[in-house]
Amino acid sequence: MSKIKFFMQQSWLLILCAFCFGLLLAAAQAGLGPRILRNEQMKLNAMMTSLVSDANSFELDPNMAGLEIPGKKGKPLSTDVYQAIDAEGTTTGFAFIATGPGFADKIKIVIAVDKTFTTFFGFKVLASNETPGFGDKIKDDFFGQQFHGAPVARLEMVKVGDDTVIDAQIVAISGATVSSEAVLGIFNTFARNVRDQLIAKGFINNE
Amino acid sequence: MSNASTPVLSQTFLAGLWKENPVFRLLLGMCPTLAVTAAVKPALTMGCCVIFVLLCSNIVVSLMRDLLKPHLRILMFTLTIATFVTIADLLLKAFVPDMSAALGPYVPLIIVNCTIICRAEACASKNGLVVSVVDALGMGLGFTLTLCVLAGVRELLSTGKLFEVAVMPESFIPWAAMSMPVGAFITLGLLLGLVNIINKKMA
Repeated sequence: MSKIKFFMQQSWLLILCAFCFGLLLAAAQAGLGPRILRNEQMKLNAMMTSLVSDANSFELDPNMAGLEIPGKKGKPLSTDVYQAIDAEGTTTGFAFIATGPGFADKIKIVIAVDKTFTTFFGFKVLASNETPGFGDKIKDDFFGQQFHGAPVARLEMVKVGDDTVIDAQIVAISGATVSSEAVLGIFNTFARNVRDQLIAKGFINNE
Repeated sequence: MSNASTPVLSQTFLAGLWKENPVFRLLLGMCPTLAVTAAVKPALTMGCCVIFVLLCSNIVVSLMRDLLKPHLRILMFTLTIATFVTIADLLLKAFVPDMSAALGPYVPLIIVNCTIICRAEACASKNGLVVSVVDALGMGLGFTLTLCVLAGVRELLSTGKLFEVAVMPESFIPWAAMSMPVGAFITLGLLLGLVNIINKKMA
């Protein structure tokens, strides 16, 4: 009993502060959370529009929401696949968010593909904390343009090569091999899995 | 606290700007000083975040200074600072998402900014509310101005712009190295030298 009394005498302020600060954080999250989500959705829409240039809008079919992708360590990942719709109402492509471990932290990218799911339109980085000046070059055009027109197949990384040739071989960023590999890993984990599930659900033809 | 030992408020405020400037005199908060000063906008945003966190943490620490157990004080400071840094991070994400993305991990890293924990320990835990608030404003403003000066020099030399507005003549050749880490170290070193020279002449 005296031990509990001693513990409470020593730590009551800490416990009280932790409780109060927890409430404060919960209130801040509740107040700002919807606005943050809206900002993220706007950012995602802007990125998808820049990737699928002829898209007029992006729709999320309930059957394409929450697709499960097997992760590397057996832990399933999940993604929502957006349909890019042009002015005439036809599907011109697909876009989805994909995540994977980077050098410093998780990398979150949005990948866009054509309507037959055979070639990539490219990708944009939604969130990453890669090393400034090195790993964060995954946001640069030099790296991103190699994916524009690349086939939806297993992508391979090469350290030396011609980055203007568009194929399944991606030239790594000098000084940021781990970050380059991470992006390729995300593509390889998600793209073909999403394609197979869309074929199975009849959204694209298996040709 | 006796009246004789009560620091004059204006001196407390001005100390943060020059005499005890956290960057130039105390060499604290070097991580954001070097990392986010490639341009003025992110530097100013970081400075505002530090002022917010410093002000809030100094207020809370000052209010509970008589209740703090000596062996738990660092834990209490960290808990307080972490709470306000998280709120600052949420505010940035909600109202200036582009700046939040530009600053990346450096906003959460304010938690380990020595300037803030130093002021909590050296000032807020020993002084009343008013002195703690004035100290936070002085130190925060001093930190922000320093970051902006450093960022101004680097942005000007690396892009010929200030606040993303072109100010240099067209013949100006941008010095790309100034936007890289090497530029941060060189500029900081030169400014530290300049401040030391001024201080010697003023002494």
